[in-house]
Amino acid sequence: MSAKPVINLKFYLKLFWTTFTLSMFTFGGGFVIVSLMRKKMVVQYGWINDEEMLDFITIAQSSPGPIAVNGSLMVGYHLAGVPGALVSALGTILPPMIILTLVSIGYKAVSENMWIKAAFHGMRAVVAAIVLQVTWALFKPLAEKKKVLPLLLFIVAFLALFVFKINIMAVMIFMILLSVVISIYETKKEKNV
Amino acid sequence: MNILLQLFVSFFQIGLFSIGGGYAAMPLIQAQTVEIHGWLTPLEFADLVTIAEMTPGPIAINSATFVGMRVAGIAGVVVATLGNILPSVIIMLILAKLYEKYSEQTLMKHILEGVRPTVVAAIFTAGLSLLQLAVGSISSLDLFALVIFVIAFLFANSRKMSLGPITLLTMGAACGIGWAALGF
Repeated sequence: MSAKPVINLKFYLKLFWTTFTLSMFTFGGGFVIVSLMRKKMVVQYGWINDEEMLDFITIAQSSPGPIAVNGSLMVGYHLAGVPGALVSALGTILPPMIILTLVSIGYKAVSENMWIKAAFHGMRAVVAAIVLQVTWALFKPLAEKKKVLPLLLFIVAFLALFVFKINIMAVMIFMILLSVVISIYETKKEKNV
Repeated sequence: MNILLQLFVSFFQIGLFSIGGGYAAMPLIQAQTVEIHGWLTPLEFADLVTIAEMTPGPIAINSATFVGMRVAGIAGVVVATLGNILPSVIIMLILAKLYEKYSEQTLMKHILEGVRPTVVAAIFTAGLSLLQLAVGSISSLDLFALVIFVIAFLFANSRKMSLGPITLLTMGAACGIGWAALGF
């Protein structure tokens, strides 16, 4: 077990500043934060150990909401309960809030500029490429397992969303309920064997 | 409904249903902000994803701030962001409490596994609409954008020469500016 720090105002400030700087440098989202988190919270401060960090990431990743926000809530709660969770969540959301507020003000002003338009013309094609490459990277492990069910679910979901234009929230709720049913069914089957 | 309340409810739903992190939020943001409420045009949404890629922080928080600011100023930013993280706060506090006791969440794992194909399909659908927006339809194909798309995809997918999103976007911006400077 990692040693828990003394909880005082100085600790909260340090927690806030740590999550604030981590969030500040998490470009592109997702797993970038893991390596940064490890460096600060595991190696430098010894707030958590490697195992705890991996557990936190797994839980953060398999729960609704942004991984970075979920992860910081977990770490904050682990270190200092509910106040700790709220302080680290605030530290995580403030940098993107500040930056995007400024960008949003600037966007109105510059989006009509010819050169900015030209830059976005090029970047839009790149963003489509990035998103479809991510899709491909996520799809490969689904296909490689050679299980029928995930592929079938993928096809059904794709047809529902792309061809039949069914509301995504409705599709998600249906699939969540379906996976709960499947999960219950499979645990029963395992018990019978 | 009051616009602030609408923002709050929309981003609460985005937070609640974006399971699997990162890009999982994108199709939900598109559904709420473009299709249901019309807060952004499809083109503005594509720009938002571009901006979110180039700035730090989760795409959901970036979008909540961008949309909140455009729809209702600073109050909109605060309301949309709080709405977005509230599901996380509630769920994570429950899970964190359970973690200290049990250290494992099988049901969450099962749900994630079951929903993953849907999440991938949703991201794929959103990616296709971004692609269509970038290159146009078959009758009005933007060849320049198509070439950039193919090159960027190959670079992003290559194991040896894999480039990060920011590098790729910078190159895309440079190509766009160069193309315009040539007078096209």
